[in-house]
Amino acid sequence: MDYVPSTDSELEAMLRETGAASYDDLVAAIPPDLRHPKLRLPAPMSEIELAREVSELAYRNTPPGQALSFLGAGAYEHFIPAAIDHLASRGEFYTAYTPYQAEASQGTLQVIYEFQTLMCALTGMEVSNASLYDGATAMAEAACLALNARPGRRVILAADTIHPEYMQVLRTHLSGWETEIRTFPSSAATFDAAALVKAADGSVAAVICQNPNFLGRIEDMARAADIAHAAGALFIAVVNPLSLGLLMAPGEYGADLAVGEGQPLGIPLSFGGPYLGFMTAKKELVHKMPGRLVGRTLDTCGAPGFCLTLQAREQHIRREKATSNICTNQGLMALRACIYLCLLGREGLREVAEYCAQGARFASDSIAQIPGFSLAHPGPVFNEFVVACPIAASRVCAELEDQGIFAGLALEPFGGAANHLLVCVTEAKSRPDIERYLKALAGLAHRAMGRQVGIDK
Amino acid sequence: MKVPDDLKYTATHEWVRVEGDVATVGITDHAQAELTDIVYLELPAPGRRVTAKSPVAAIESVKAASDIYAPVSGEIVEVNSALPTDPGAVNATPYQSWMFKIRMSDPGELEALQDSAAYRQATGH
Amino acid sequence: MELMELQPLIFEKSRPGTRAVRFPAFAGDGAGLDQAVPPALRRKSPAELPELSEIEVVRHFTRLSQLNFSVDTHFYPLGSCTMKYNPKINDRMAALPGFAQIHPYQPSATAQGALELLDELEHLLCEICGMDRFSLQPAAGAHGEFTGLLVIRAHLAAKGQLHRNKVLVPDSAHGTNPSSARQAGFEVITVPSLPSGQVDVGALERLAGPDTAALMLTNPNTLGVFEARIRDMASIVHRAGGLLYYDGANMNALLGLARPGDMGFDVVHLNLHKSFSTPHGGGGPGAGPVGVKAFLDPYLPVPRVKRVDGHLVWDHDRPQSIGRVRSFAGNFGILARAYTYIRAHGAAGMERNSRAAIVNANYLKSKVRGRYREAAPGPCMHEFVVVPDEAIAHGVKVADIAKRLLDYGFHSPTLSWPIRNCLMIEPTETESRDTLDRFADALLRIADEAAADPEKVRSAPHRLPVRRMDEVAAARNLDLRA
Repeated sequence: MDYVPSTDSELEAMLRETGAASYDDLVAAIPPDLRHPKLRLPAPMSEIELAREVSELAYRNTPPGQALSFLGAGAYEHFIPAAIDHLASRGEFYTAYTPYQAEASQGTLQVIYEFQTLMCALTGMEVSNASLYDGATAMAEAACLALNARPGRRVILAADTIHPEYMQVLRTHLSGWETEIRTFPSSAATFDAAALVKAADGSVAAVICQNPNFLGRIEDMARAADIAHAAGALFIAVVNPLSLGLLMAPGEYGADLAVGEGQPLGIPLSFGGPYLGFMTAKKELVHKMPGRLVGRTLDTCGAPGFCLTLQAREQHIRREKATSNICTNQGLMALRACIYLCLLGREGLREVAEYCAQGARFASDSIAQIPGFSLAHPGPVFNEFVVACPIAASRVCAELEDQGIFAGLALEPFGGAANHLLVCVTEAKSRPDIERYLKALAGLAHRAMGRQVGIDK
Repeated sequence: MKVPDDLKYTATHEWVRVEGDVATVGITDHAQAELTDIVYLELPAPGRRVTAKSPVAAIESVKAASDIYAPVSGEIVEVNSALPTDPGAVNATPYQSWMFKIRMSDPGELEALQDSAAYRQATGH
Repeated sequence: MELMELQPLIFEKSRPGTRAVRFPAFAGDGAGLDQAVPPALRRKSPAELPELSEIEVVRHFTRLSQLNFSVDTHFYPLGSCTMKYNPKINDRMAALPGFAQIHPYQPSATAQGALELLDELEHLLCEICGMDRFSLQPAAGAHGEFTGLLVIRAHLAAKGQLHRNKVLVPDSAHGTNPSSARQAGFEVITVPSLPSGQVDVGALERLAGPDTAALMLTNPNTLGVFEARIRDMASIVHRAGGLLYYDGANMNALLGLARPGDMGFDVVHLNLHKSFSTPHGGGGPGAGPVGVKAFLDPYLPVPRVKRVDGHLVWDHDRPQSIGRVRSFAGNFGILARAYTYIRAHGAAGMERNSRAAIVNANYLKSKVRGRYREAAPGPCMHEFVVVPDEAIAHGVKVADIAKRLLDYGFHSPTLSWPIRNCLMIEPTETESRDTLDRFADALLRIADEAAADPEKVRSAPHRLPVRRMDEVAAARNLDLRA
C-alpha cells in the first residue's frame, strides 16, 4: 500500500499536462542503467496485515508491567500522565515543522518559549535553548561552547563519575578538534576535590560534573563550581531535571551551563530514544549557545507574539563558521516535557522527586540488611544506588530475570566491579514492588550462601 | 553609498582611520547595508594582540553573521563599549560607529589597504 | 475566530494551590526525607512551576496547537523538507508497550523483537540505497553528516592519509554540510555551480586532488535537478583518492527509482523524517541513519546489532569504530515508524511514491509557468525553484509572497535558498491534484495582486492570529523567558 491520493490514471493525466511524453522523460537525467533497480523488499501490506506483522515484533519484548524493572542509569521509568500522550499526538503539533513562518507557527513557538521558561525555573539558570538531541550530545555541545567561550584554553576536565556513555560521546564529538579531555578521579564514588584543585589549571576551559552522578551519588556541586571558577574555567553541570524537584539547582551553585537528559519529564523509555537534550546557561553565553531560541516580541500592529531569534548563529547562515551543526531540535519531546511540568506544577514535581529519594533510601537500606548484600558507596542518593552483591551482578540479573524482575544494571561492562549492581527506584515502584524485589534478593542470597556452605563441606 | 575619502579600506569591508600609530576600525556603509539590521556585536578585550587579517570581533544581523577582521597588526588599545548596547547605530552611522582601536606594530601594513577610489570600484559604487 | 485566539502564557493562568497530577507519598518505614537527602543538598527555593488544573492545561495546549499550520491541516510545500503525510499506523506501532516502554539496558533476550526490527530496518535501508551496512544511531540529518564524515576520517587515518583534510561542498549545498565538515575537523572547499544549477564538473576536476577527503553531494540537488554527470563526478573524486558522500535530504525523489550506492557513493545519510514519513514534530525528533560500503563498516559507531547463535545482541567490541555518537542506541521510536512505513510499501509502493512526487512537482511547475521564472529549465525531480520576477518588479519580495500564501491557507515554500529571491517548492507525493490546483491558483492570484495592489501583499498576512513579527526587535531586546 502507499499513501498517494492520486489514482494511476490521474497521475497519467497530470503527466500529460506537464507536456512530457512519458514519465521516463521527466527522469531522463538519470542514466538509464541506474534507473528502476529491482529492489528485493518484502511485499507491500494492507494496514491490518502491517499491524499484525509489526505487533509481532513488539510482543517479543518484555515491557515493565510484564517485568518489574529496577533499571535506570540515564533512562528512567516514570509515570506519564495521560494528558501528555493525548496533547502531544495532536496533528497540529505533530506534523508541523520548524517554526520559520512565525505567523503560522505561534502554537509551536509559544510552547518552546514556555519550555525555555520552565527549564530556566527548574535549573535556576537565566536562558535555555529549544532543546538538543539527548543528554550526552547536550554535554558535548556544552563542552564545545566552553571551548569557544574560553579561547586559548584547550582542555575539558570531566569527573570520572560521569555516565560512561556521555564520556564516549564527548570523545567522539571532539575528535575533530584540537582539544584534550582529561578526567579527575573520585574517592568513595564522589569526585575528589583535592584532585580537582590540582587538575584545574589555566589550560582548562570547563569542568564538568554530573549530579546525581552515574553511581547515583549526590555530588558537592557548589565545591566543584568554586574550584572551576577559581581556575578561570566554566562549570558545566549535567543534571537529572526531575531531581531538581528536590536537589540544589545549578543556578544556586553558580553553574555557567546546566545540561542533561530530559527523558524523565514525560518521555517514554522507547528503547533509548527519541529523548530530549536540554541546555540552560548564564545570560552572557546566549550568543554562543547551539540550537534554536524562541523570543517574545511584537508584531507590526504592536500585538505580542513569538519568533525564532538569533538565527544568524546557526549553521544555515554561518555554514562552516557555525559553532555547531545542529539543525533540528527535539520539538515534540520538548512539548512533552513542557506539558509534564505544567501538569505536575511546583507541588507535583516536589512530590515525585521526594518519592524517588525516599523509595530509593528505603530500598537501599533494606537491601543492605540482606545477608551478603551491602551498599558499595553509602551516602546520599536521589533515585539510584550501587549494591555490592555476594555473587557476580550479572548472575543476580540472570536469576531475577527468571522471576520476571530486572534487578538493575551490572556495572562490570561499564568499568565497575563484577559484583556491583546499579539499582534504580522511582515513583513507578510501589512499596509492594520493592518488597517483592527484596524477597527475590533474599532468596538468592539464601541459595548463594547455601551453595557456599555446600562447597565448604 | 558613502565612502569617505579620508579613510582606508579592506577587502573585507572594514574602514580604518589612522591617527599617529593608532588605527581606528569600523565597518563600511556597504557592509552594514549588506548585513541589514544589526542586532549583536562582540568586541575584543583591550590589551589583546592581534595580527592583520585575523578575526577579532563578531557582528550579527537578523539575516547574517560575520567576523570583523583586524586590518593591521598590533594591540587593541580601546573598544567602543557603548556600541554593543546600541548595535543599530552601526546601520545608522557606520563611520561614526567605530569598534576598536589598534596601536599598530607595523604601520607598513597600511600600504596593503585600499583608498576610497579603489574601494568604491571594488564594491561597484 | 475563536479557534485562532492567542493564548496568554501558561504562567499567567497559574493560581497558587491548584493541582492537576498528584503523587502519593512513599509508604515507607517512617524515615524522614532528611535521612534520604540532607537539607544542605536540597534546593533552597522550589522551582517556580505554574499551578493549574488538568482541564486548564489541556485547553491551553489544545488551543496553542490550533495556532499552527501543519501537514494534517494545511498543504505544506516547504522545499527540501519533504512535508509528506505521516501515516497514523506508524505512531500506533511505535506506541505499543513492547516498543515504547522497554528500557535500553534491559537484557537483550527480553528485547529480541526490538533488535530484530533494527536489524531488519538496516537491511531494508541497505537495499533501498544500494549500500552494504547502515548505522541507525544518528539522531538527525546533521548528526548523520557529522557521523559519516567521522567515518571517512577514521578510514583515512587507518590508511595513513590524514593529509587529506579537504571536503568539497557545492555552493548550493545545505548549510549543514560545511558546518558538519568543520565539526569533523575538515577544511571546506566550495565547488561552484553552473548557471543551470548543476555542479561545475570542470571546477570539480580542478579542485579534486591529493588533499581531497570527500565530496558531499545532494542529488537531486537543491534546485530539484538530478546531477546527470554523477558518474563523471564519482570517477573524478575516486581517481583523486577521495570518497563520495551522499546527502539524503532529497532522497524522496529516488525511492525505488535509483540508488546512491549504484551511482558510486561510499557514504549516505538519510533523513527518516523526510523520505520515510516520520513526523517533523515542530522541528524534531528526526533520525539520520548513515549507510556505507563494506570497506567502511569497521568505522561505524557503536553499538551495532549482531547475531550470535540465532540471538541478537548489542556489539560494543569494534576497535576501529569512531565511538559513540549519542547515548543508548538511536531514536528507536522514530526508527520503528520508518520500519512500519517501509513494510507498508514494499518495492512497488516505494516506486509509486517517487513517481507521484516527481509528477506532482512537474505538474505544479507547469501550472505557474510564465508567471514565475524557473531557476532551472527542463523537467525537475521532486521539487523545483522559481523566481517571482513580476512581483519583484512591483516591489514585492519573496517573503511577502510567503506571508500572502498563509492568508490563502497554504504554508510557505522555502525562501531565498539556494539562490536569492526564490521559492523552493516541494509538493510531495501525498497531495492530490485538487490541492495542487488550488495552490497554483493562489500563486497566480498573488502575482496579480502584486501588480494591482502590491501593498496588500507587502502587508500580509491579514488573516492570521498575528501580523508580521518584529524580528529585529526580538534579537536586539532578547526576551527568551517569562
